[in-house]
Amino acid sequence: MTEQYAIECRQITKAFGSVVANDKINLTVRYGEIMALLGENGSGKTTLMNMLSGIYHPDSGSILIGGKEVSINSPVDSKNLGIGMIHQHFKLVDVFSAMDNIILGSHGRRLNRKSLREKIEELGHSFGLEIEPEKKIYDMSVSEKQTVEILKVLYRGAQILILDEPTAVLTPQETEKLFAILRRMKEQGCAIIIITHKLHEVLAISDRVTILRKGKSIDTVVTGECDEKKLTELMVGRPISLNIDRPRMENRETILKVVDLTVEKSDKTIALDDISFDIRTGEILGVAGVAGSGQKELCETLTGLMVAKKGAILYHKENIVGKSPAEIIRLGISMSFVPEDRLGMGLVASMGMVDNMLLKSYSEAKGPFVERGPARELAEKLIDKLGIVTPGVDMPVRLMSGGNVQKVLLGREIESSPQVLITAYPVRGLDINSSYTIYELLNEQKKKGVAVVYIGEDLDVLLELSDRIMVLCHGQVMGIEDADRLTKEQVGLMMTGARAEEVLGAGDDRVQKSDECMDAPGCVSDEGEEEKA
Amino acid sequence: MKEPLIRVVKKAELGRKETLILRLEAILLALVAGGLFILCLGQNPFVIYQTILTGALRSGMAIQATVKIAIPLLIASLGVTLAFKMRFWNIGAEGQIIMGGVFASYFALFHSGWNHWLLVIVMFIAGAVGGGLWGLIPAWFKTKYDTNETLFTLMLNYIALNVIVFLREGPWRDPGSQGYAKIARFDKNASLDRVFGIQFGWIIALVLLVLIWIYMNRSKQGYEISVVGESQETARYAGMNVKKVILRTMFLSGAVCGIGGMVQATGSDVTLTTAVAGGVGFTAIIVAWLAQLNPPAILLVTILFSILEKGSSVVQSSFGLSSDCADVLQGIILFFILGCELFIRYKFVFRGKGDVRA
Amino acid sequence: MSSELIIKFLVAAVLAGTPFLFGTVGEILSEKVGHLNLGVEGMMAIGACAGFMAGYVTDSFVIAILAAAAAGTLAALIYGVLTVTFMANQNVTGLTMTIFGTGLSNFVGVYMLERSEGGTLKLPERVTAQMRNIDIPGLSDIPVLGELLFSYNPFVYLGLVIAVLAGIYLYKTQTGLNVQAIGENPAAADAAGIEVTKWRYINILLSGAICGIGGAYCSMIINSGVWLRDSVGGLGWISVALVIFASWKPINVIYGSFVFGALRVLKYYVPKNTYAIPTAFFDALPFLITALVLVIASMRKSKRSHIPAHLGVNYFREER
Repeated sequence: MTEQYAIECRQITKAFGSVVANDKINLTVRYGEIMALLGENGSGKTTLMNMLSGIYHPDSGSILIGGKEVSINSPVDSKNLGIGMIHQHFKLVDVFSAMDNIILGSHGRRLNRKSLREKIEELGHSFGLEIEPEKKIYDMSVSEKQTVEILKVLYRGAQILILDEPTAVLTPQETEKLFAILRRMKEQGCAIIIITHKLHEVLAISDRVTILRKGKSIDTVVTGECDEKKLTELMVGRPISLNIDRPRMENRETILKVVDLTVEKSDKTIALDDISFDIRTGEILGVAGVAGSGQKELCETLTGLMVAKKGAILYHKENIVGKSPAEIIRLGISMSFVPEDRLGMGLVASMGMVDNMLLKSYSEAKGPFVERGPARELAEKLIDKLGIVTPGVDMPVRLMSGGNVQKVLLGREIESSPQVLITAYPVRGLDINSSYTIYELLNEQKKKGVAVVYIGEDLDVLLELSDRIMVLCHGQVMGIEDADRLTKEQVGLMMTGARAEEVLGAGDDRVQKSDECMDAPGCVSDEGEEEKA
Repeated sequence: MKEPLIRVVKKAELGRKETLILRLEAILLALVAGGLFILCLGQNPFVIYQTILTGALRSGMAIQATVKIAIPLLIASLGVTLAFKMRFWNIGAEGQIIMGGVFASYFALFHSGWNHWLLVIVMFIAGAVGGGLWGLIPAWFKTKYDTNETLFTLMLNYIALNVIVFLREGPWRDPGSQGYAKIARFDKNASLDRVFGIQFGWIIALVLLVLIWIYMNRSKQGYEISVVGESQETARYAGMNVKKVILRTMFLSGAVCGIGGMVQATGSDVTLTTAVAGGVGFTAIIVAWLAQLNPPAILLVTILFSILEKGSSVVQSSFGLSSDCADVLQGIILFFILGCELFIRYKFVFRGKGDVRA
Repeated sequence: MSSELIIKFLVAAVLAGTPFLFGTVGEILSEKVGHLNLGVEGMMAIGACAGFMAGYVTDSFVIAILAAAAAGTLAALIYGVLTVTFMANQNVTGLTMTIFGTGLSNFVGVYMLERSEGGTLKLPERVTAQMRNIDIPGLSDIPVLGELLFSYNPFVYLGLVIAVLAGIYLYKTQTGLNVQAIGENPAAADAAGIEVTKWRYINILLSGAICGIGGAYCSMIINSGVWLRDSVGGLGWISVALVIFASWKPINVIYGSFVFGALRVLKYYVPKNTYAIPTAFFDALPFLITALVLVIASMRKSKRSHIPAHLGVNYFREER
């Protein structure tokens, strides 16, 4: 008699067109257990979980829930089997209240608001979740939205909980809180699957780990018996060093100086609130912050896409606020911007590489016609230089993989030899190899003396890659510090509104140690290692 | 729990050739469906289809009549194509055609004594300006307040129609008309010349076709239209002045439609009536969409639709079936084409195994 | 204007506004599940034809209404299959429906005319009798109010009932909440276990049925029981625009449609000689005002606007 698992996946296979996303995957989870599903971006984690939640249907293989073979054809089936999934991109109706979102999909009459409210509050209480049932989703922070998602699942009495990258958008402190809730749910007998690619979180929360690589299940190990190194090897398939280089450049000069900058969004709410900082050549300035803290507006204001309400951006004492991107270029500042929304902003999804190369340079050609010749050459050059995989330069870029799309975008921006390079979440959705290629490209630019602004969400990467870190919270600058003076926890506190002075004052010994490091090159990466362990 | 009967699944995208074959299959299916419809009316579909074809092409006169139908349709289809490429839902071709006709008619009615070629050129420009301005109105509100252009352009159609009614019953009323008010017939000097027995407009249409083809595919402005259509964010990122592109393109789109109105009024009708657009603005939308906004394909679809239109009028006289059946058949064809688009990127999977592709 | 004339005007406004009552409520049901259906005009035309012809042939008003609803539903089914299952472009599908529906309606009209006696189609006496204004004993006799509120044909009351029911359905029930979630965020609705496809079809088909009845009103009432071409003649389009005016609430449609009804009949009640306003202006007025409404609505757009967030976007579950 085999053990009865909460979930058992046998030989699950799923292909999208010609891409096999899941190839004969096996997975088991027990009740009262937290299972971590570890794998790089594109390894098939989300696909697998979407089959459990009824979003996709497997091409072959079988799924057993509570020992019984089932066929999950829709989210309704999944719900009826007691499976609840919390997606990476929250599935909430913005204009509804938390309460309406929680009861969404119920049948029968609507309960009266008062009793419903009590029921939800009680439920929240038993798991230590705080919530305002009447609050609209559009007024909520990311972590509040996540709480609603969790309550939604609990309200339906789910026994199996799947969380897809739940910590990607949380601060370290919020992550701790989430983990506490997960542990409590585990005690109550829930089976929990948590998808992540952050190793230290796997070690912190899970009982067992299943590792996926390139759509195949590689191994399942007991968390207590492994360390980061072993997990990395399993995940990537070979031993690699997880350190990111941080070459130190001499003679850094301020190239752009931002003074008292205030920016309003189109709905008149304040996006950036009186911020000042400077951007230096030969340096990577990391920008940290909870999603929506003003990062997007910062990029767009710097590049002239948004107009500031107040304040100045000085380039050699000349204020470029109010100038259009074209005028800024005419001033001789060549600024490149790699936006977070690659196919929605940086590239034209339905056009091929050639036409995308033209995007920012098409107007330079003389006469009324566009010149596709040089663009074609550039596209071919990039394919060679960056190892871009595509069947042809005229193939729509939306059909390319995420890593290749990012290379096209970053490649085009770098080819214009910018003095300032602004990148927003450049490695989002990329696998480890592609991510490291991107880090190398950025470091290369830095060595050439380019001033790089790196907006990121993975604090480990931010702290290792950047020379200085600026933390944003609600459009305000919480502090700008040398990256090696900060710990992840300190950045996390600043992201939720603590000032650098308060935070750094609290962790004195850390700061001390970092200071010592400053003079000793090579000490930097050791420090990084220590922090992770 | 059973597997669902049909599921839609993504697949590798079809190539150009396969897509073309798919669309041809869809048209064939549409003709079969249309045939069933004709069968229901107690007629032999083969006879009807044959009558449509021969009716449109049986004689020199018939061909001339078919081409006459094709001229405004081709021009208007090219006009809406410019807007559609920008994903600006210009449903207002009808109104833009009318305003083009109105502006041109002013010169035809009140300056008919001018030198003929000067007059033709002035009327041409007036038509373009009239249609262009009428197209500019929704574009301006779109850029200023993000006003829904679909409904706005549509309302402008009806308003334009009433402009003609107003002119017909008031200032431009032909004093010689008895009973129903109408606008006077244009002087011969103010009507377009004939080339090969068909009004001159067909040359204008073909020249526009080539110009617009080049404009969309080779020019910087054409490139801007494509980028704005795909994503305004990207266009902004690329440093384009999105508002300017929208205004300019809608002016051009309206202007081209307006030329259609000028050509129809001065070339075919030789007067201005409320039927100057006569639904061409709507048919043009179907043509543009069927042709995937590709000018040469637009020519092809226009010819097919004109044959359908002309042939249907013959069917009306010989079989007593209203020529409205052209609209019905056009609708059916487009329904099938719209349906088949799915199979370019997706496929159906039925319970059990076997993939099926329409 | 004398008070008698005012009452006449108001009654005429109600009658002229009734097509919008159907068209707009129908379109709201469709838009609430995220489907912008520009085919209202076409669905109404098909309903107009089916309703009239069924009444003409069967002598029964009830069958006429049912036929109109059924025909509208069938037309909506074409739209639904194409946009929901085949994920076709909603704008183009709707427009095609309008061209197809109007063409089909006129086509069948000509077909029937050719086979009629005397070259006209007129509804039988029995049907017109059933469409006559309902006399509610007691209520209809109240001076002024009786005429203003209780003296209409059955369509008017049917329209009001449908609007109220649609309002309750969307805004007062759990099902309505679920349905609204589909238009706002289909992925969220899907993940919450709401059968997105099923409810899209239900709402779209309901929408078609309601529009079909609205069409029957146009062909059967407006021209006093005589078949004329293009009896819907743009009213369907105004209905689509009225959705914005009513901010997606069926209850608001009730007054919205009567305001627009008033605009349609205004020209008959403005003293002719005092102002030299051409009739063409009055004919254009509903369209002018609609355009104005569109502009004003767009000027005060906000985060909390009532427009369903996913309007016009098809949903494919596996799209990432």
